[in-house]
Amino acid sequence: MTPVLEVRNLSTHFMTRRGVLKAVDDVSFTVGQREIVGLVGESGSGKSITGFSILGLVDPPGRVVNGQILFNGGDLLKMSPTAMRTIRGKRIAMIFQDPMMTLNPVLSVGTQMIETVQAHDRVSRAEARARSRDALGLVGIPSPEERLDSYPHQFSGGMRQRVAIAIALLHRPDLIIADEPTTALDVTIQSQILFEIKRLAAEFGMALIWISHDLGVVAALADRIMVMYAGRIVEAGQVDGVLSEPRHPYTSGLLSAVPAAVPRGEPLRPIPGFAPSPLSRPSGCAFRDRCARATDICATEPMLEIAAGREFRCFHPHLWSAA
Amino acid sequence: MTVFVIRRFLQSTAVLAVTAVIVFIGIYAIGDPAEMLISPDASQAERAQVVASLGLDKPLWEQFFTFAWNALHGDLGRSFVFNRPSIALIFERLPATLELTLTGLVFALVLGIPLGLLSGLKPDSATDEVIMTGSIFGFSLPSFWQGMMLIMIFSVWLGWLPSTGRGQVGEFLGVHSSLFTLDGLKHLILPAINLSLFKLSLVIRLTRTGVRETMPLDFVKFARAKGVSEKRIVFVHVFKNILIPLITVIGLELGSMLAFAVVTETIFAWPGIGKLLIDSIMRLDRPVVVAYLLVIVSLFIFINFVVDVLYSMVDPRVRLGGAQ
Ligand SMILES: Nc1ncnc2c1ncn2[C@@H]1O[C@H](COP(=O)(O)OP(=O)(O)O)[C@@H](O)[C@H]1O
Ligand code: SF4
Ligand SMILES: [Mg+2]
Repeated sequence: MTPVLEVRNLSTHFMTRRGVLKAVDDVSFTVGQREIVGLVGESGSGKSITGFSILGLVDPPGRVVNGQILFNGGDLLKMSPTAMRTIRGKRIAMIFQDPMMTLNPVLSVGTQMIETVQAHDRVSRAEARARSRDALGLVGIPSPEERLDSYPHQFSGGMRQRVAIAIALLHRPDLIIADEPTTALDVTIQSQILFEIKRLAAEFGMALIWISHDLGVVAALADRIMVMYAGRIVEAGQVDGVLSEPRHPYTSGLLSAVPAAVPRGEPLRPIPGFAPSPLSRPSGCAFRDRCARATDICATEPMLEIAAGREFRCFHPHLWSAA
Repeated sequence: MTVFVIRRFLQSTAVLAVTAVIVFIGIYAIGDPAEMLISPDASQAERAQVVASLGLDKPLWEQFFTFAWNALHGDLGRSFVFNRPSIALIFERLPATLELTLTGLVFALVLGIPLGLLSGLKPDSATDEVIMTGSIFGFSLPSFWQGMMLIMIFSVWLGWLPSTGRGQVGEFLGVHSSLFTLDGLKHLILPAINLSLFKLSLVIRLTRTGVRETMPLDFVKFARAKGVSEKRIVFVHVFKNILIPLITVIGLELGSMLAFAVVTETIFAWPGIGKLLIDSIMRLDRPVVVAYLLVIVSLFIFINFVVDVLYSMVDPRVRLGGAQ
């Protein structure tokens, strides 16, 4: 099966006054059909910008400076703005982090859904409204017909995120990019939304890129996981493998900071130090300053190694007996 | 909504009553109109008779209650100078001022909003620089100076437009206005521009700031992610958000435009209430001044009411009737 999405050597830089900021730096990955891929990493590692790059939504002074983004075989980076608009919301949809900010406060939910239908399909308003109502019902919003006439401030945060999900589902896209969709929500609502999205993705055969800084969330949801650090993917592989036998020291560092992943009685050990400023990253491995395994060679660029379905960039990876 | 209207009506009545008291006392303190009205060589008896006929011999509180009682019956007194009901004088002149103010306002909006959008969507472009520089002139040059320059350029040098008075008034659907004749329009253009230049700059700035603040918001990006066209994003998503500050400020400014019409009406000899006010103050024509101020306050109250209703229509988060 051909993958839905194939990102090759994507680099997105921000031309700031203080220099070039490499938000995304030579990132490559694929997303298979119906696959759920988790993209994890600390805040500022470039996850959101990766998502926005795919949709062509990077705002100046940011710019995709290199790479290919093959979607169902065609390169999105070569498309005209008009052609790109027909992909956005139709074939690839996105859900944002903060549901309080993603809906326009002065337009009714119905208006914001109907415009999404009519942006892509030439249907009557009544038809668009019916489709919007059905989508609201699908994501578990009670009395969807009346709710279409409500305004965003009349919904709770969780309900607004459901509305955003309903909007993403309107055209049954091939791929949904969910950028930390549960981070801003209460824990109980988080798991409901998580479960809901997983169910709908399976039901409609959609692929999903789930962006999160929370390894626990990704573990519960994804087929595959990609760990991002300082603009790069430092490790990628099947969820079970990566979480039980991480090869990259950054991945293992993340794991020892997750309560659920640490055996009872053992202390949580957050990674010491901070991620380097994206404007002045050291040469070689960007994790060098925080890594207990670092040696002199780490000052040069670690190449991508691929072994048994696992990819990582490290000179001194963890070794596991089975591997 | 009904609760809102009733409450607002009661508030307005209170405001009007307080204004009436303040204005009445204030104008009483300015001077004795009898001095202006009675010829210096009139006899003592003649003088006493005039003073009594105007009710000026009574104590202040009694004069006020007579005035208030009559006002409640729709009678705001007779002009000392014209010996006609003061309210009639004002209503004769009011259309000219309203016409001037509304034309100025429409001009400021019709030109200001597109220019502000243009500026805000392409910040720091050459277009933006030109528009912003222009708006600084609109802000900083005094209104009377702008008025005289307009007269100098368009009336004196180019001879295109007349500089004084209101032109011929036409009638359309029972409304009398100089908008309906060519001569009237010609007379209206310069004063309307003069009155609106400051507001035009203000509208441009407000719109530009609104665009700049709204464009980076998440909901704009989300709308793009949905595949909504850029045109719809600007004219529906962004514009409707900008309308909120715009309506608020314009509502306030419309009142100040009515008041500032005094300057423009004086420069262009426009026969509106502003000019009437100045003349009446000069002659200490108390009833006219009091009636003028009460009419202006009523207009302010009415404008505020309209603004609040518009506001609630544009911003769904606002509910008329206040906090529940
Ligand atoms: N508009 C912008 N201008 C400059 N730098 C930006 C901008 N947006 C994001 N960045 C930078 O890009 C990097 C990656 O950001 P982002 O993808 O949002 O991180 P996250 O992994 O938390 O989603 C960060 O270092 C951030 O500072
Ligand atoms: S390359 Fe070196 S510094 Fe980087 S993670 Fe591996 S061991 Fe640590
Ligand atoms: Mg992010």
